[in-house]
Amino acid sequence: MLGHQTLKGSAMNTLKYQSQAVAKPYFVFAMILFAGQILFGLLMGLQYVVGDFLAGPIPFNVARMVHTNLLIVWLLFGFMGAAYYLVPEEAETELYSPKLAIVLFWVFAAAGTLTILGYLFVPYSTLAHITGNDILPTMGREFLEQPTITKIGIVLVCLGFLFNLGMTILKGRKTVINLVLITGLIGLAVFFLFAFYNPTNLALDKYFWWFVVHLWVEGVWELIMGAILAYVLIKITGVDREVIEKWLYVIIAMALITGILGTGHHFYWLTTPVYWQWVGSIFSALEPLPFFAMVLYAFNMVNRRRREHPNKAATLWALGTSVMAFLGAGVWGFLHTLAPVNYYTHGTQITAAHGHMAFYGAYAMIVMTMISYCMPKIRGIGEANCNRAQVWEMWGFWLMTVAMVFITLFLTGAGILQVWLQRLPESGEALSFMATQDKLSIFYWLREIAGVFFFIGLIAYFRSFFIKEKVEAQT
Amino acid sequence: MSNLSLVVSPKSINKRLPGDLAMWFFILAELTVFSLFFIAFAVTEQFNGEMFHAGKSMLHTVAGLINTLALITSSFLVVLSLKFVSLGKNQLTVYLLILSIVAACVYMATKLWEYNQLFVMGIDIETNTFFTLYFLITGFHFLHVILGIVILICIAVNVKKGGYKESITGFEAGASYWHMVDLVWIILFPLIYIL
Repeated sequence: MLGHQTLKGSAMNTLKYQSQAVAKPYFVFAMILFAGQILFGLLMGLQYVVGDFLAGPIPFNVARMVHTNLLIVWLLFGFMGAAYYLVPEEAETELYSPKLAIVLFWVFAAAGTLTILGYLFVPYSTLAHITGNDILPTMGREFLEQPTITKIGIVLVCLGFLFNLGMTILKGRKTVINLVLITGLIGLAVFFLFAFYNPTNLALDKYFWWFVVHLWVEGVWELIMGAILAYVLIKITGVDREVIEKWLYVIIAMALITGILGTGHHFYWLTTPVYWQWVGSIFSALEPLPFFAMVLYAFNMVNRRRREHPNKAATLWALGTSVMAFLGAGVWGFLHTLAPVNYYTHGTQITAAHGHMAFYGAYAMIVMTMISYCMPKIRGIGEANCNRAQVWEMWGFWLMTVAMVFITLFLTGAGILQVWLQRLPESGEALSFMATQDKLSIFYWLREIAGVFFFIGLIAYFRSFFIKEKVEAQT
Repeated sequence: MSNLSLVVSPKSINKRLPGDLAMWFFILAELTVFSLFFIAFAVTEQFNGEMFHAGKSMLHTVAGLINTLALITSSFLVVLSLKFVSLGKNQLTVYLLILSIVAACVYMATKLWEYNQLFVMGIDIETNTFFTLYFLITGFHFLHVILGIVILICIAVNVKKGGYKESITGFEAGASYWHMVDLVWIILFPLIYIL
């Protein structure tokens, strides 16, 4: 009993500020949604090749919507958890209102769960009707399928979240990391407002749709990623804050310049003035640069480390996310970014390949980097999990990451063949969409197998959270 | 000057990178953007020879020359100011920086006049591929001149406050950026206006 109390007491001391613990439910719920995302990914991966598999209860379009929406929502939970952990420590003060953070967690979790259940159990048109979409129509657009009331909920949660963080930063120390993070998070909230603008003209609709989708993932989310990576690098390497902050400035400047002007690479089909093709092609061709800088910076900082941090898994995630983000967002983005190339590749499996590796490499992995670093402290374990738990975690890392590389390669193969059969031939000689899909089935089967390995990796990763060090009984 | 004075022994070369490494990384990124634009311009010119020839004939070469001289002069004044700040002559340094900013303003005024002349003729960014690239490249460069002026103003204010007594790294970083803006124009001017 005494031993138990001592352990509990030491658990409290592993956090510098007790309010950082509010990050825990956010991380846990993010991981639950992540598992759901992968399960629906596996389901739709199978539906690609066995079209009628569960097609009655869960049609492909619903599975896809759940897969992508779960991704977005779990990443938002992950970013929020990361911010609630990081901001108090950087600001050197307790969170302004831990209670507000917990209330917002339950509001967001309930709204998210109800939305997903709505997708699954109610026909989409009925969902639109019962949620009052006709009053302010915002539904029916890829990634922004959420009912309008859910979108309003997201805005309210974001406002409360930003208020809480803003007040914490205002009363505490102002660091570059906190300022970059809060700028990214404010940008996330501001650009989401374009989800409420839904013009009837399809080209205009898509134009502003990219203001949410592109300016999130190729704009402000990169600030969030850069800030979290900088924070973890300072903690695990002990390198001077000034050095890391300077590089953070350079990286975010490049990310914003190339990312914002790079929006033009989506405008090819939207009848925007022709100069957007030049602007979009040239600046988005340089979007790999900030990601490459992140690779150099992460490896350089780890090589110049002043301490041997016991959390080897967190270091692996930090290095891994920089590399995979460069490959997925940078290299695979560049593959089809130039307007003359995109003329042929637009909306093919090459886009899917890029989407998978970019989201996993840049955003799923940065959240898992933060979880890896924070959770042992939040759970009162200490600086790091025990060796055996870290081995399981690293197995999870490698299985998921290698599986994602294969998913990306198979989808790229499918995409190249798709362009060859369906897009390149002159009119009349090209195969139809469905005939082409039949020819790609081998790639889809291989992608599904790689997906199963990803799921096994996820199980190994989850297993690592349940391994406890065997403590010798104290006498 | 004897030829000997031009020969520098390896030992006498100062291997220190002026300014901050992060600024050089940024400069490299900027030069990459401009390089892509220049390559795009040169390649497109090969496929649209007549259009580019006609476009160039409508540009004001003398204005381009004035801009070249303005930027080179401004860069030279920054070199001089860097020399004097390291000698501790802050007042003179500030005057030289103000002059360099004035030279940059000459560039801006001339460039705006040039744009206006084209607009009056009914030419804009959508006229044809030549003018799309002309406005994009020179416009992007123009934005760099504005940023450069802001940097020079910050440096001048810092000199006035005596901020470079211990280290002139920040000054060197800003000066390096300004020289980059100058260098880009030196390539841009012949490529777009003359060749």
